Parts: sequence; C-alpha cells; structure tokens
Amino acid sequence: MNAVGKVFRYGNNVDTDVIIPARYLNTSDHKELASHCMEDIDSGFVKNVKKGDIIVAGRNFGCGSSREHAPIAIKESGISCVIAESFARIFYRNALNIGLPILECKAASEEIAAGDTVSVDYSTGVITDETTGKTYSAEPFPPFMQRLIQAGGLAQYIKENF
Amino acid sequence: MAMTITEKILAAGAHEPSVHPGQLIMADLSLVLGNDITSPVAIKELPKFGKDKVFDKDRIALVPDHFTPNKDIKAAEQCACVRAFAEKENITNYFEVGEVGVEHALLPEKGLVTAGDIVIGADSHTCTYGALGAFSTGVGSTDMAAGMAIGKAWFKVPSSIKFNLHGALRPRVTGKDLILTIIGMIGVDGALYKAMEFAGEGVSSLSMDDRFTVSNMAIEAGAKCGIFPVDDKTLGYLKEHGAKEPKIFSSDPDAEYEKVYEIDLGTISPTVAYPHLPENAHDAKEGRDIRIDQVVIGSCTNGRLSDLRAAAEILKGRHVAKGLRALIIPATPRVWREAMDEGLFSIFTDAGCVISPPTCGPCLGGYMGILSRGERCVSTTNRNFVGRMGHPESEVYLASPYTAAASAVTGYITDPEDF
Repeated sequence: MNAVGKVFRYGNNVDTDVIIPARYLNTSDHKELASHCMEDIDSGFVKNVKKGDIIVAGRNFGCGSSREHAPIAIKESGISCVIAESFARIFYRNALNIGLPILECKAASEEIAAGDTVSVDYSTGVITDETTGKTYSAEPFPPFMQRLIQAGGLAQYIKENF
Repeated sequence: MAMTITEKILAAGAHEPSVHPGQLIMADLSLVLGNDITSPVAIKELPKFGKDKVFDKDRIALVPDHFTPNKDIKAAEQCACVRAFAEKENITNYFEVGEVGVEHALLPEKGLVTAGDIVIGADSHTCTYGALGAFSTGVGSTDMAAGMAIGKAWFKVPSSIKFNLHGALRPRVTGKDLILTIIGMIGVDGALYKAMEFAGEGVSSLSMDDRFTVSNMAIEAGAKCGIFPVDDKTLGYLKEHGAKEPKIFSSDPDAEYEKVYEIDLGTISPTVAYPHLPENAHDAKEGRDIRIDQVVIGSCTNGRLSDLRAAAEILKGRHVAKGLRALIIPATPRVWREAMDEGLFSIFTDAGCVISPPTCGPCLGGYMGILSRGERCVSTTNRNFVGRMGHPESEVYLASPYTAAASAVTGYITDPEDF
C-alpha cells in the first residue's frame, strides 16, 4: 500500500484542540468533524485538502486531549498519512487503532516543505519527496503494532485473538 | 530484577514476574472510564469487537460531565446514547446529572479507584489516579471499547523519570505551582511516553488534593502516568472514601530511571503558564501588567474542596475587579454541598462570583464562560492551547486557585503571596 499527495506542513506541539476544537465535539459524525479539521491554525486546510494529501509536522503531534475525533477528522478529511518527528502517545494509539497511518521520521519532518509532493511506501517505511528527489526512512513499527495494522485496527485484532 | 512502582503494577496486571521498559504487554484492567464526548464513539465501536456484552458491568464508569447539564441538542443526544447504553448493559457506575461530577474528582471521591489498580479512561486526564498509587492513563474511544469488551488493554511499558521532592511548599503555594514549574522545566513533551514518578521525603508534605493536581497534569508533559508512592495519607484517603483494599507497590531502591530531578519544594513560587502551552511557566509576580477579563476556578485539576477553600481565603471580604467575570465550579455534588455548608458560597457571591453546577464546560471551550476575541482568562484548568476556552484569538493563563482568586480581585495577574 502506498500514499502519494501534497504536503500540508505544521510545527511542533500541534494539539488536538486545534486539530478539532472541542466546540465541535457535540457530534461524532465523521464528515462533520472533518469539516472543521485544523480550522483554528489553518483556515484554508479544509478547502484545499485533497484525497491522499499528507501532513508533515514537528515534535509531539496530537498532544493534549484523548479525543479520537482528532485522528478521525484527519482521516475523514482525506489525509492519507501523517509524518512527524514524534507523536503524543494517546494520538499515536488512536491513529493505529482507527487505521490512520502515521510515520515517525526526524529528517523528513525537518526537511520536507509545504506543497511538496511526497510518496510513502508503507511496506518499507520509505518516504520520498518527489519534488526534491530526497528519500527518508521512517522508524519501523514493532511487530505487535504491525499485527494490529495488518488486522486493520484494534477491533478486528481483538475479535481474532480474544 | 529491580523495578519501579509503574513496572510492578504493570507486571502484576500482565501476570508476569517482571517487565521492562519498551516491553509490549496485555494487562488486566481494574476500571474502564468514559465521558459524554468519548463514550458515544466507543459505544458505536463496541459491536465490531464481536462480544455480546461488556466484560464486567461493575468495572466500567460512565461519567457524562463534559457538556452536562446538556448544553445543546447534539450534546443531549450524545448523553442519551450513553444513558441508553448504561441502562441496557446495567452499568453500575453511571452517574446522572445531580450525581455526576467532573470524572477525575468524582471517581476517587466515590472510592472507585484504589492503590495498585490499572485504570484506562477515554479522557487524557485519567492519569489523575496516579496520586493514589494506581497506574492510570488516558486512551481513546477504541481502546475504551476494547477495555469494555475484554477487560484488557495493550501497553508499552514506559521508562520512568523520577522527581525527588524535598521539604515543603510555602503557604499559598500549591501542587498546581509545582506541576506548572516541572512542566516549564521539562517541556510539553519532556516526559513523552514515560512515567513521571514523584518520590522523596517531600511527598509526605503534600495533601492528597495537591497530589491529584500534580498527577492530573502529567499528561501535559506528554507522560503516560504520574504516580506517587502510597503513604499514610493515601491509605487514610482510600479508607475515608470506601475504596477497595489497596494493593501497595513501591519502587525498588535500585530501580532504573531515565533521569532523576531533585526539587526543593520551598523554592517553588506561585506560577502561571502563559498562552499557548502549559510549558510557558512564569512567576505570578511577572504578570502584574496583564489585564484579564475572566477567572475560572474549577475542573479536574483544581475543583476540589481545598481548592475552593483556597479561593475563599483570598476572596473573603473582597470583591472581584469591576468588569471581571469570576466563575466558581465545584467539581462534584459532594464538593458543592460541603462548600455550601462551610459558608464558602456566601464568600463567593459577596465577592461577585457566580457558582456553576459541576461540569467540565469552560475548560475545553464547551460552554459556560466562553471567551470572545482578544479576551484573557486566568484559569485553574489544565490547558491553554489556541482556542481552548473559546475564540482562537483569546488567551488562557493557567494558575492555582490562590493565584486565580487574587487575580480576580485586582483584574491583573497577581501573586497571592503578596495578598
């Protein structure tokens, strides 16, 4: 499985309150959540994002609240994967559990520019910036998480194993 | 093998003689928690797990506290979803308005968490119960659904950072000032994926409410948990609140830590975290030029009785600054009742404050006390992110109840030690 898309770039400590502000948490409807994704730090995001696009950010992406609405809003908006130097731990769990691909890669996080076209090969963890031609290697997932991802998320994994 | 308190609790939960940092385990859960925001998502997910019913109706807590009393039609529908599920599954610990309080104040008060427990909650501040010597951590709705289905969760055993506390806090300096100072030192990802362990002889000087506040904000440093050792104060609290028999674990003297910090509690000053990250710690006395429009005293961080007493100590015989709005939010019905019986409400209303029913409302910009463009709020809550309490161009300053109350009186950020 691969992803190709244009990059939306953000900085360090992107918190779940800006990914999906709490004032919209009176619903769990995926489309409605996606329609407000990132609006407090990037009002153009929802208008400009296209299916397959990629978010590249710095350290501690998804910090703050445990709201699964955050990765849901990102996934539903069409984003194919998020690349960051590091992820906040609850966001990391939530993304894996709902099947939003995330990749940790310091060099890619630092060097890839907004608007670049980037492709990701999930089987190898290789990230290619098609605009600059540079390639990067993401941290591989531990075996347990690979099984979780292969199962398609936590629900299916538990159904099969418990 | 030498282990930390966190490793010992997780080893027991995973039925392993020992565990080490980085190890992936499946652990038994003592309690699974959700609120009115996160539970509806989990309830919808649950059928996908292939189980007909929840693993144990007595070990699930459903606490509709965020947008209750219902703030709008959509919030009412989310609460109705939780209520119907609680009824269908016969959930013992479902709390209706009138009984419901802010979850992380409510659960310890009801004796639902004891030392040595493993608790997950679909709310990031679930780390609060570390104050009781429990391993507790925030997760998302899918993990909550898994916990409700099988009573287990997967964890990567965290490495630990130790904070050795010495001495005692000065009067009008609180656990809030301590944790804001620590987050200022290590940053909002300073403990990412790790356990924060509080230790040293200074622990005994901290009240249980101070410990709850400190553990509560461990997540603001990215931590998986913020855990205290069990001492006489812990045991006294657990007994008073009718908790189950404690399972006491303690760190081995030669347990391994990634880092050890030494903190003299006597050097901690009233601290305020400026927008827009909890790590932006400043001494309260630096803020005397920062004019504020609103003060909020409440939340899972600082809505307990001692917090309201602290606010009342400052507000007694004084009045909030002209044009300033001050909201007092007792975290649970019991705190509300006790504060009223002690006469604190007279002090608050005489001072020009308004008293709300228990709710998370304003902390996350849900409702009650939303900020307009350009407004500033000093709040005893836990996050000051962009747009957290309202308009994306509003500002939140995090502080203790003493500092918040003193600031309400002057209309500027104010050091309560000067009062």
